[in-house]
Amino acid sequence: MEEGKVLSQSVQQSAAAYAIIHDKFGEAVSAFDANATMPFFEVLDLSAWPEIALFMRDNPKLQFNYMACLSGVDYQAEDKVGIVCNIESLGQLNHKIAVKVKCPRQGGSIPSVAGIWHTANWHEREAYDMYGMLFSAHPDMRRILCPDDWEGFPLLKDYKVQESYHGIKVPY
Amino acid sequence: MGLLDAGITKHNALVTSVDNVLNWARLSSLWPMGFGLACCAIEMMATNASNYDLERFGIFPRSSPRQSDLMIVAGTVTMKMAERVIRLYEQMPEPRYVLSMGSCSNCGGPYWEHGYHVLKGVDRVIPVDVYVPGCPPRPESLIGGLMKVQELIRMEQIGLSRADALKKLAEKSVDPQFVIESERKAAGA
Repeated sequence: MEEGKVLSQSVQQSAAAYAIIHDKFGEAVSAFDANATMPFFEVLDLSAWPEIALFMRDNPKLQFNYMACLSGVDYQAEDKVGIVCNIESLGQLNHKIAVKVKCPRQGGSIPSVAGIWHTANWHEREAYDMYGMLFSAHPDMRRILCPDDWEGFPLLKDYKVQESYHGIKVPY
Repeated sequence: MGLLDAGITKHNALVTSVDNVLNWARLSSLWPMGFGLACCAIEMMATNASNYDLERFGIFPRSSPRQSDLMIVAGTVTMKMAERVIRLYEQMPEPRYVLSMGSCSNCGGPYWEHGYHVLKGVDRVIPVDVYVPGCPPRPESLIGGLMKVQELIRMEQIGLSRADALKKLAEKSVDPQFVIESERKAAGA
């Protein structure tokens, strides 16, 4: 956070929520990034992610009851893939924050939060479908959009489309 | 020449060829299969509805491939859908016609390069008789394409292959530029 910069009210609310999370989990989470449009923090200890998520949902001072979105990202330069979760407290405290979680690009896996926010169920399947990271303890970990026997993960930056699918030519 | 143009004699008899009667019957009740895949389907539905009224041509969407003569591939064909399109096509009774509507089903359209999931032209999986360009085509274009299918049926004869009928149709084609220019002149544009 830059010193002396005036933060908007919603970013201040996010910063306050982050402080509560940081007090509880300490080193497991990164510093707060006061991004004006999407304030976020990163989960550094992968295995703590479901516990952090549950804390965020159930702590009376946080009440993050709604996952608005879960997107996948390919951090090719870092050799990682990750997710960005936009989480809000809808109709309760009306604050929001984004959480980033990263895992290795090859054979990486992220603990699932589908049991905490049901929105995550299909969104995690989509992230897996497009980027190839697995979600451990997900109730139904399979592709959601591409056919089950599709090769590769289309939104990876080094993705090359397969030559044929069931005998049908795929490239133009 | 249409069948009714032949005129009916005073004995209420009409002499024509079997080909003519069969073709007239078939082209006057083209039943397309009612399925749409993307935004082109919206234009197709608009064409079916009262403003453009396809029923005046006897064109009426059916909900089963077994009752259909014509498949209007209206929209983006994904790789997943391609296999279903083949199955639907195979369930249609012969003689059957395929009209590819819009850029996506013609050649992949805007997805031609980066659309990993899109079939780059439905003619890769089923034979297409008429292509209608546009993204999406206006109802007038679709009607133009359907009338092209009717012309194709008019070219058919017993014992003549579809390829030969298409060749006959191509030989009969008119350069539209002349028609466009004369229409423009008439409109004073």
